[in-house]
Amino acid sequence: MSVQIEESPTTDGEVITNYTLNFGPQHPAAHGVLRMVMELDGEVIERVDPHVGLLHRGTEKLIEQKTYLQALPYFDRLDYCSPLCQEHSYVLAIEKLLNIEVPERAQYLRVLFAELTRICNHMLNIGAHVMDVGAMTPNLWVFELREDCLNFFERASGARMHSAWFRPGGVHQDVPEKLLVDIGDWLDNRFFQLFDDAMSLVMDNRIFKQRNVDIAVVSRDDAVAWGFSGPMIRAAGIPWDLRKSQPYDVYDRMEFDIPVGTNSDCYDRFMVRVQEVRESAKIIKQCLRDMPEGPIASTDGKVSPPKRGEMKQSMESLIHHFKLYTEGFHVPAGEVYVATESPKGEFGVYLVSDGTNKPYRCKIRPTAFSHLQAMDMMSKGHMLADATAILGAIDVVFGECDR
Amino acid sequence: MTVLHSAPKFASNEGVLDALSESVSVWLDRAEEQHGEIILTAKRESIAEVLRILRDDHAYQQMMEIAGADYPDRDERFEVVYMLLSLTKNHRIMVKCSTDETTPVPSVTSLWPNAGWLEREVFDLYGVVFEGNSDLRRILTDYGFEGHPFRKDFPMTGYTELRYSEDEKRVVYEPVELPQDMRTFDFLSPWEGSDYVLPGDEKADGPPQVDKPKVTEKPADTGAGPKATEAAAEGTDAVPPDMIEVEIGDDDELKEGDE
Repeated sequence: MSVQIEESPTTDGEVITNYTLNFGPQHPAAHGVLRMVMELDGEVIERVDPHVGLLHRGTEKLIEQKTYLQALPYFDRLDYCSPLCQEHSYVLAIEKLLNIEVPERAQYLRVLFAELTRICNHMLNIGAHVMDVGAMTPNLWVFELREDCLNFFERASGARMHSAWFRPGGVHQDVPEKLLVDIGDWLDNRFFQLFDDAMSLVMDNRIFKQRNVDIAVVSRDDAVAWGFSGPMIRAAGIPWDLRKSQPYDVYDRMEFDIPVGTNSDCYDRFMVRVQEVRESAKIIKQCLRDMPEGPIASTDGKVSPPKRGEMKQSMESLIHHFKLYTEGFHVPAGEVYVATESPKGEFGVYLVSDGTNKPYRCKIRPTAFSHLQAMDMMSKGHMLADATAILGAIDVVFGECDR
Repeated sequence: MTVLHSAPKFASNEGVLDALSESVSVWLDRAEEQHGEIILTAKRESIAEVLRILRDDHAYQQMMEIAGADYPDRDERFEVVYMLLSLTKNHRIMVKCSTDETTPVPSVTSLWPNAGWLEREVFDLYGVVFEGNSDLRRILTDYGFEGHPFRKDFPMTGYTELRYSEDEKRVVYEPVELPQDMRTFDFLSPWEGSDYVLPGDEKADGPPQVDKPKVTEKPADTGAGPKATEAAAEGTDAVPPDMIEVEIGDDDELKEGDE
């Protein structure tokens, strides 16, 4: 590192040198445990070196020691703001190797709850981003909505955050009718009032725009080359959404639009998320409207466990239950890479099976890795205070980044 | 094979394998399609060249992921797998090459800037060296960590643990001490190719060593015969337990009965 020495006209000839600043790892605007070594020229960022891995737990190594079903809850704990969307990639990867059919109702339920998770995730990110650049109230309001989402998760799975509700072959349990009614009511009567109110405070707010417009502009080519995905690539004007281009479950039956940005700055990334929330609400309504009755898990007894009632009557079911929860099911040898559109971008699972009951290798593609890597490119030449806005617009969660 | 699963559906694989392997066939060891994924295995030295051609001539614009994998039984134990995505063709492929502990893999940081961290991760966790990556530092593990934790021969518990020492008023590193053994359960059925020894079989060294295997080809070999019949007729003093008489009806009744 070369030290630049210059005489500044504003300091009466006193010599100012570049200096290095540690941002984090315990900084509220770092959204977790991120340490960024910044080289600053005054208040202007010259170079950023993000140090990640402070939350590394070796999830992929742990997964290799567990059966396929036992490994599932680890996915809730990666990006703890959007747990169900990550389970989605994992169960789809297993299903692709097994090539089993998932009943329609289960597919609808998964899409419904994946979209609810997206709303839940964006509520956190939008609120946090707004707070990072100085506003307080909208965050409190959207957290109310997030709380509602978590209550819905609890009513479906029994857990507010770490649901472990998606299972290979379907979902764990059916939802009560009243829950679906309540989700519909919530969207119609509560959600948009509060959300629109909160957004009206920031969208046209002069201070918010001053902090975000034209900050960290990334060209289309750069966004592609740096492996951007999700709202980050859409803000750059590329209408790329895996739910649309590579549909999974029943996304191909859903009607929704892909919001794109025009300027590819932090404000666009924020606005893309705001619009995505509205599109998610559309998808949820379609799911509620079209969801059929029927089984909620694969009828293949070798993969999904029998009903409790059956186990009391049938020896066969009892044996299946015992085998599934001790040995687990075997997955045919092979390797797949399955990526879904998580709220933060492309969340992929590269699953290698050797034909036994445990994954041989499970590589998780975190969304944040590519985005955070571009931090240096994006924040060069901006002010120190902009770093928090850029980070907020990336939407980074370290449980997922560090794994 | 009919597709039953509902995993992401990208553009059809039809003809892609032929088209791709034709243009880069010189550098390929294998090209296959399995489980709906196209996997090209390239020669290590030319991996960067193959990826460049796939990016420039076949429109695979994005490098989504680089994954390492360890297969200790192979000559070249590590695999480096590159996941490519084409935004224009809406298609995904995997390209991989293999290497060992010492042989470097050409870096692709000049093709995709985001390959830098991805290669750092593979280096950190597996110890694969990338030639041309100017910033090959550890990324996920602790500062000053030794070893490559995702290798199959690296124990899951690791070698060191850290705690806050009240005496020294700082965090100290110590060798791992486990109060009990790691509990690993092997639920694989012994009939389906487990390679461990069943309790009681430890002394056995291979199949039993007998000159003449015991066979029961004739009725006499079974031990049955007049001698056994005689002994049976004599009976014993043992009293049989109280028996409950069960009436055995036809099949339908059996199925309905709950008892």
